[in-house]
Amino acid sequence: MFGAGGGTSSYQEIESTDLIVMWGSNAREAHPIFFHHVLKGLHRGAHMYAVDPRRTSSAQWADVWLGIDVGSDIALANAVAREIIDRGLENRDFIENATTGFDEYAASLDSYTVDRAEEITGVPAAAIRDLAIAYGNADTAQICWTLGITEHHNATDNVLALINLALLTGHVGRYGSGLVPVRGQNNVQGGGDMGALPNKLPGFQDVEDEESRANFEAAWGSQIPPRAGKHISQMHEAMDEGEIRALYIIGENPLQSEAESATMRRRLENLDFLVVQDIFPTATAELADVVLPAAGWGESDGTFTSSERRVQRVRRAIDPPGDAEDDIALLSRVARAMGVDWPTPSPEEAWDEMRMLSPLHRGMSYSRLQELGGIQWPCPDDQHPGELFLHGRLWERPIVGPPAPFHAVEWAAPVDTLTIEYPIRLTTGRRLDSYNTGVQSGRYESPRRIHGVLDLSPEDAASHGLQDGQTVRVTSRRGSIEAPVRTDRSLRPGLAFMAVHFPDDTDVNALTVDAWDPKSGTAEFKATAIRIEAIG
Amino acid sequence: MNVNGRPVRVDAGSSILDACRAGGVEIPTICHGPTMTPANACRVCVVEVEGSRALVPSCSRPAEEGMEINTDSDRVQMSRKVILELLGSATELDRSNASILTWLEKAGADTARFGPPEGPKTRHSPRPGHHDTVPIDNAASVHEPVKIEDDLYVRDYSRCILCYRCVDACGIEHQNTFAIAVAGRGFDARISTEFDVALPDSACVYCGNCITVCPTGALTGKVEFDMREEGSWDESAQEVTRTVCSYCGVGCNLDVHTQDGRIVKVDSPHDHDVTLGNLCIKGRFGWTYVQSGRND
Repeated sequence: MFGAGGGTSSYQEIESTDLIVMWGSNAREAHPIFFHHVLKGLHRGAHMYAVDPRRTSSAQWADVWLGIDVGSDIALANAVAREIIDRGLENRDFIENATTGFDEYAASLDSYTVDRAEEITGVPAAAIRDLAIAYGNADTAQICWTLGITEHHNATDNVLALINLALLTGHVGRYGSGLVPVRGQNNVQGGGDMGALPNKLPGFQDVEDEESRANFEAAWGSQIPPRAGKHISQMHEAMDEGEIRALYIIGENPLQSEAESATMRRRLENLDFLVVQDIFPTATAELADVVLPAAGWGESDGTFTSSERRVQRVRRAIDPPGDAEDDIALLSRVARAMGVDWPTPSPEEAWDEMRMLSPLHRGMSYSRLQELGGIQWPCPDDQHPGELFLHGRLWERPIVGPPAPFHAVEWAAPVDTLTIEYPIRLTTGRRLDSYNTGVQSGRYESPRRIHGVLDLSPEDAASHGLQDGQTVRVTSRRGSIEAPVRTDRSLRPGLAFMAVHFPDDTDVNALTVDAWDPKSGTAEFKATAIRIEAIG
Repeated sequence: MNVNGRPVRVDAGSSILDACRAGGVEIPTICHGPTMTPANACRVCVVEVEGSRALVPSCSRPAEEGMEINTDSDRVQMSRKVILELLGSATELDRSNASILTWLEKAGADTARFGPPEGPKTRHSPRPGHHDTVPIDNAASVHEPVKIEDDLYVRDYSRCILCYRCVDACGIEHQNTFAIAVAGRGFDARISTEFDVALPDSACVYCGNCITVCPTGALTGKVEFDMREEGSWDESAQEVTRTVCSYCGVGCNLDVHTQDGRIVKVDSPHDHDVTLGNLCIKGRFGWTYVQSGRND
């Protein structure tokens, strides 16, 4: 945000903040050790508001749970903002010194009264008002979110709506106040750090910026295409149009993890050439022309970057099986087979080359990472200790660097609309003991495991005459699957939930919609319209 | 302040235990853990404080200016020895951490002095609070059958000294799940789930944060327990590799214990500021995929 692709704060800050807003995040189950820090904050007296369609195990710790209708987050955020301004709780000093676009933003909030927001979101106006007052009055406050905000067709606007709230109140750039996107995967932050984004070079340097590109071209002795590449949803389109005919997939199982799995299968089958590099013969690998066996976690060296921007060493504990090799070795060998003279660098050599080109990481030698137990970027030189929180510059007088812009954003309903034919909103997520498509977590025996089921509110189960364990047909506009029913009191009538972990039994992505956010490319996994019918 | 006649200086708020350690004096501890508030349960860390009638637990008593501490008087030595003897007579301590094993020897504790234990695992009703009368020639013990109720945990309460660390780790100190507590009174008190239900039916979320603080081996992972039972667990042949968890993006550090080229246990360093030694079920137990389907 504001040019840096990472969360602003450190976990320790949430232990001493005054207000925690957990928005579209079930950290208690999806990020349990982050939630330990949240619990410390709560025990020290912090208040917590949970914004979530489900009354999750995280929301059960909150002072107030705002049971929001799926996909109405912007209406809620804008109403909170309007209420803050109406009550004069905005931070005028901060807005004037550190931001741009406030007037336009404030004008855009005009129609978002708490009463209209109640109609759109299903959250009582009084609770919206309470949140606005609490956030506006707090000395320090953190907004934490995860995929409940980002797996929508308007994901980027959702995030901007939350950033606006922080700018409005000055809840960013100070110890204890910040914006915290908690990362879902071990190294999704590190992938971004390393430039595994279609528009970025390592260290979040823009590929369309001539100066940045020139540095890399000089170091690498080659030309870099001067335009941003395609994000994942654009790649899907290009596959549909025959523009992309070959695909090299490393450590992903898109056949089961992407929305609309039938469409995804057709795309992969239509390719001329598919390479899959993975640690297991996944469902996607079964479609591949070539499978390269990769060394996995525990079998290779390197670094991960965590949600608090902390780069930490990962190390090999055991040898990879059979002919498996780590990703660097495989990529180097593919390059040599293509006729370039690349040696296979050690992970440390590759890292050292990267940090010479990325100012954010420059001071992070392997020896310093080891000595300090990890370093939080930015770390521009080998004396720098790393940064606990970002954007302290916005509090300098005058501020250092460019001001942070407000972005007026409008609420837009989920693409997959509820109708008489498809009356129930299905949302998706994780459970505590499982992970993504289950490639890893499916290989240990958890006493807590709830296999593929459709969670329904007790009211919906009763109105359909369904008992726990009874199988139903679940149908969306894309497809249809069968699943046993499990009633869950954390769900409100009209809301159903499925975990994403069991694609072989209950392929929830046969139901989800491939509508995606034009800016981030994320699909709307969180909002599917379904109907259910008892069978058998 | 003085420890055994030698001056020691510590920050305000330090415990007597901190002061003794700062002065290079070793004190045995069982229930004390670096990531936990002292439970004051085991009393093995007691020391003599001049002017104090009773021996004081060094782990919880704050150090004060001018204190005169004696860690090695006859009274302290006797107390320490008897505590270890009582614990050792009622429980099995042979899988305890190195510190307990060393102190049993150092204190000259004779764990058989109260008579032979009342036969292995004879407790016919393992429910907490149940009282068995013990033959007069035997030492009372907490023996009961091992609880193996799933593929991840083993609870062997014959080894439990009721130090409360598991209860506090599951509860207010770390996990806040509150799946276990002490039930029953006096010698018949036991660690129990709600209504003594089996662990899979309880509120337990299988984080294993109780296992990692258990000092006596009453709580272990199933893999470690099975290897110990078959005699193949060999810590001297194990390597520990510090790395980061492969699941979510929180960045929990892991210590991966390997033996003969296979992972046998995963835990987290207690001095790592992200976890304080805590993990979730995936981090602590979800690693088996790494070696699934291997023949080597």
